[in-house]
Amino acid sequence: MKKDRILDVKGLKTQFKIDKTRVAKAVDNIDFYIEKGETLAIVGESGSGKSITALSIMQLIPSPPGKIVDGSIELDGIDLLKLNEKQMTETRGNDVAMIFQEPMTSLNPVFTIGTQVSEPLRKHKKMGKKEAKKQTIELLKLVGFPRAEDIFHEYPHQLSGGMRQRAMIAMALSCAPKLIIADEPTTALDVTIQAQILDLMLDMKKKTGSSILMITHDLGVVAETADRVAVMYAGQIVESASVKELFVNPKHPYTVGLLNSMPKIEQDTERLESIPGMVPPAHNFPQGCRFAPRCKHAMEQCTEALPELIEDGLNHKVRCVLYDGSGKGVSHVK
Amino acid sequence: MYKYITRRVLQFIPMLFLVTVVVYGLAQAAPGDPMSGEILDPDIPAEVLEERREALGLNDPIPVQYWNWLSSVAVGDFGQSMHYTGRSVSELVTSRIMNTLYLSLFALAVTILVAIPIGIYSSKKPYSLLDYSATTFAFLGLATPNFFAALIAIYFFSFQLGWFPSQGTVSSVGLTGFEYFIDKLRHLILPGFTLGLASTAIYMRYLRTEMLEVMGSDFIRTARAKGLGPGSVLYKHTLRNALIPIITLLGFEFGTLLSGAVITEAVFNYPGLGTLFLNSIQNRDYPVIMAINLILAVTILVGNLLADIFYAIVDPRIRYD
Repeated sequence: MKKDRILDVKGLKTQFKIDKTRVAKAVDNIDFYIEKGETLAIVGESGSGKSITALSIMQLIPSPPGKIVDGSIELDGIDLLKLNEKQMTETRGNDVAMIFQEPMTSLNPVFTIGTQVSEPLRKHKKMGKKEAKKQTIELLKLVGFPRAEDIFHEYPHQLSGGMRQRAMIAMALSCAPKLIIADEPTTALDVTIQAQILDLMLDMKKKTGSSILMITHDLGVVAETADRVAVMYAGQIVESASVKELFVNPKHPYTVGLLNSMPKIEQDTERLESIPGMVPPAHNFPQGCRFAPRCKHAMEQCTEALPELIEDGLNHKVRCVLYDGSGKGVSHVK
Repeated sequence: MYKYITRRVLQFIPMLFLVTVVVYGLAQAAPGDPMSGEILDPDIPAEVLEERREALGLNDPIPVQYWNWLSSVAVGDFGQSMHYTGRSVSELVTSRIMNTLYLSLFALAVTILVAIPIGIYSSKKPYSLLDYSATTFAFLGLATPNFFAALIAIYFFSFQLGWFPSQGTVSSVGLTGFEYFIDKLRHLILPGFTLGLASTAIYMRYLRTEMLEVMGSDFIRTARAKGLGPGSVLYKHTLRNALIPIITLLGFEFGTLLSGAVITEAVFNYPGLGTLFLNSIQNRDYPVIMAINLILAVTILVGNLLADIFYAIVDPRIRYD
């Protein structure tokens, strides 16, 4: 079972130094894994640490002030945190690639799409100019550009946001990485384009067999793309389960809150529910359960100690005192 | 693009016309004329001077004088100097223009060769010792007026240390070949560095800021996520973007190649266009003033056009049509 894990993150802690005394614990001791060919979604609000988790895997944390202080990130059995910068350079784009949130600014304005998409091929696969061009045009066709030869010579400003994101996907796929990290790949796009890009990603996954780590705040994206979900809150994973299980049987009050804040087609409600308050700042987490100040089920016990992440035996984990490990939630949570 | 350039060049004509009208007016508005300078022998009888004025057309109404000047310039004749009797304006200008060009190109080379490497290094290691030294130098360079820097350079490197000559362009006549070249170069060093000082400081700071700004952008993160090494990220993806404003500025710099050196030339007594210009103004040598002015106006206009063309070349987002 374990050797099928393409990514295995254990005890990851990424911190940012704010000043001499304060440290922001952006990612605080998280564990998760992704199996071969699987899509894991990490969901959470802004500031929950999900993007920092993604950048930690790539080791692209702005440093200083950021630093990975503990943990291990095994990609296909190799601990990325033990690699030196040169080895990491050879890994990025080759074994693990990343798609970013902002297609408008994520491409270099002064180089053609062709140059930028073919760069990983030339660097990692040591391809010559001609060979890389041929391969790049194939890739551009694969991600849905009908006139790939023309696009090859065009500049990013000549493309729309959705097209640029397609180019980013082509770039990420170019070296057939084992893992693709997509950090909110559809957030900046129009709704119709969002669906196209998600379809494209699923299609590509089927064709290439890559695993995907999907970072998103959009539960709709999760439902559409992921196999499993991890819900992040204040730098920690508070719940993880298969997508179906999580949507049918959410346990953590935060997850329940997130699901309730989604509009439902079968319900005619005037107002959507929302979770009051905000994610606490990463340098000043409350004692005990970090969600307790916003939780409507909070009790005295919640503020005393941080609850453990408990598994119910069916691979559904939750970090909440309401669950004792037997798998039965307290009924009033729903 | 060609259409754009043609249109811009055609626009030069009315602009140059306006420039000449304004400058001619200003030159005439200054009190006195070529016959009233202090250096003229006071024993020359007034009638003789008046005769000369009449002969040179200085007694005509100003619009008529301007028209006479303009119509001869239009056919390529810049006329005779009113001060250096018997010498044509073209001859005076051509004897000086190369010296100024050498000086300006030398200063420009200093600027580029010093500012770009240091700017890149400063951005690569911000807040390092070299970065702080460069910043200090930059502020000193910007805060020191040209003539003052020139005097300091002369005092230390010429007077105290005796390394370089302090004035002129050649030390003795009769030098040939390589020796002549070296001698010319030695004469260029002090005025060249003095002239390049301020712009070196500006470009260095500019490039550093620009590099740091580009380094923080999303596409640099993308470049790193692709697995590009630090070299490609810095010299290809970052520098290429950071150079866009720098290259554009260099286009403008070209426009000031001939006009920027007036003060420096004066302090180093360097026989260039700048010193000729200053002398002509003092002597109210109208034809020379006008000719130099026309040359400066043309280079500045061409420089601005070059800046715009460079801009379109280095930044694919810019298109003129």
